[in-house]
Amino acid sequence: MTVRLPEKAPAPPARRRTAGASRVRLLNVRPGRRRPNVLGGLGALLWLAIVALPLYALLVATVQPAEDYTASGPLTPPTDPTLYNYWLAVENGLLGFVLNTAVVTAAVVAIVVTLAAMTGFAIVRSRTRWTTGVFRMFLLGLAIPSQAVIVPVYLIIVELGLYDTLTAIVLPTAAFALPVCVLILVGSMRDISEELYEAMALDGAGSVRTFLQLVVPMSRSGLSTIAVYAALQAWNGFLFPLILTQSPDKRLITMGLFEFQGEYRVNVPGLLAAVVLSTVPLFLVYLFARRSLVRGMMGMGGK
Amino acid sequence: MTGGTGNPVTAGTAPIGPSAVGAATRGSATGTPGGSRGGSSARAAGPRTGRPGAVWAVPGLLYFGIFAALPMVLVAYLSLTSWGGLGTPEFIGLENWTRLAGDPLMRQAIWLSLLLTVLTWAVQTPISLLLGVWAAGPQRSRAVLSAIFFLPLLLSSAAVAIIWRALLDPNFGPLAWLGPVLGLRSVNLLGGSTSAFLVIVFVSAWQFIPLHMLLYQGGARQIPASLYQAAEIDGAGRLRSFWHITLPQLRHTITTSSVLMVVGALTYFETVLILTGGGPGTDTTIVPFLMYRAGFRSWELGYASAVAFTLVVVATLIALLMVRFTGFGSMRSTREGL
Repeated sequence: MTVRLPEKAPAPPARRRTAGASRVRLLNVRPGRRRPNVLGGLGALLWLAIVALPLYALLVATVQPAEDYTASGPLTPPTDPTLYNYWLAVENGLLGFVLNTAVVTAAVVAIVVTLAAMTGFAIVRSRTRWTTGVFRMFLLGLAIPSQAVIVPVYLIIVELGLYDTLTAIVLPTAAFALPVCVLILVGSMRDISEELYEAMALDGAGSVRTFLQLVVPMSRSGLSTIAVYAALQAWNGFLFPLILTQSPDKRLITMGLFEFQGEYRVNVPGLLAAVVLSTVPLFLVYLFARRSLVRGMMGMGGK
Repeated sequence: MTGGTGNPVTAGTAPIGPSAVGAATRGSATGTPGGSRGGSSARAAGPRTGRPGAVWAVPGLLYFGIFAALPMVLVAYLSLTSWGGLGTPEFIGLENWTRLAGDPLMRQAIWLSLLLTVLTWAVQTPISLLLGVWAAGPQRSRAVLSAIFFLPLLLSSAAVAIIWRALLDPNFGPLAWLGPVLGLRSVNLLGGSTSAFLVIVFVSAWQFIPLHMLLYQGGARQIPASLYQAAEIDGAGRLRSFWHITLPQLRHTITTSSVLMVVGALTYFETVLILTGGGPGTDTTIVPFLMYRAGFRSWELGYASAVAFTLVVVATLIALLMVRFTGFGSMRSTREGL
């Protein structure tokens, strides 16, 4: 989960030139390794087709009028592309869903980053024995599937009088994102060198100052990773919104799509346009902050 | 164990006296002039250490406790009650459990969940391993392709399920046109029990292989090139290098990825809800979906809790195994042996 992508691909092994003379001779005898990996390339192309064709069909479908889609099928390039479907999705309240989702996402990220940073700091630096226990508990928490505890979560939310509010979604979403984030942060906080802590202590810094001036700045990459991870959980979350809210004005984007599916039975292009629009924010993150996104993704999977 | 690995200095430097001695001996033993490390660790034991008290962990712990750990306990209790969603859950003893034991739907759901888990692993592991190792190569074309492979990860499970449902639509989807060309007997894949189940296996593979591919790509890039050079000198071909170097070196990645896959498959939900609704009939009703159906469609929340508790037990067992075998407890061991 905390596996890291190296910053760059390692340089191709410098085989011939740098090796000793005898090696060069040996290697020249066997130029076979230099052959391109044909099978691998073919497999990759096959997978490319499996990934790209559905996405192509998706995009093509969204620019077709609904009648054309039903008449000529999704694979034929549209003769007369239109953005009407996108407009329709917006007309049907997609922006409201996006706004709700943005609010929830921001709140989840704020809670998770604050709590995970404090907890991580305690686990890595505190001297008391029981922070080890805390760490173990978060490890175990990793595998609590949200599905398995949705009934009691529902009970707690109802008891708190929060049913059908955005807060109801924020609270458990952040809680379930916490274990992975604590793990990731503990990993990156352990990389801060002892000398830096000692320098802070020499300066007479207490724990709060050490935290704010050393730990937070030094674990920036870990913090951005968990922010992305938490944001992904909130943005793509489905179960908590499904169970804990019901009114249309509390809908998040995933729920909005789910409801659209019921309403748009005859207008597949309209539905798919909404799907595409719902992905735009993440796509932008992918374009501009790929590394953080990839790292944040690595934490996913379990959920 | 964790505290120890985190702060190697802590272990020996608790009170002031001994640490000064320790610093002195260390300084003289290594013979480093100044002995900066020893000197400052004596300092760390001074009045202001900048170390956080355990209090720093309390908010996170409390919060996680209320919304994730407490529900674990509550779900066990609720499984002994009858509750329709309103009012107070009423204690009914083991009734839900006896019913669960005799429920053919639960037996089917467990069987389907296990089957889904096994198939998920068997389909996704080889494909993502091979693609990941391939994508770890330094060539530019591989980088470009892996950027495209990543795209399904940008979609939520709901979006993926909606897209595939549209694509598999027997009347308007591409399959309606492609099916006869490919020689499919029926293009209504979601209408047949076996084909609907296989569609779920396929769609989950489509959605999650990119993730596991990333894991393997990261793992493969950390294998030292020197190992391959040595193998090459020994005359090992590509296949043998893969078998004797790549695979053994990726063992930790394989464990991590497998655990993620297994837990993921056991908790698969959105796709089933949107794509098949558990059908045709109940033929794709896996455990999480059965729980949802019992709880939030029939509003038998006590019974749903019994189903859920079964899931918690399995997931916790896996979590324990995970902590044990992947060495997360000691954090760095995923890279040991490299």
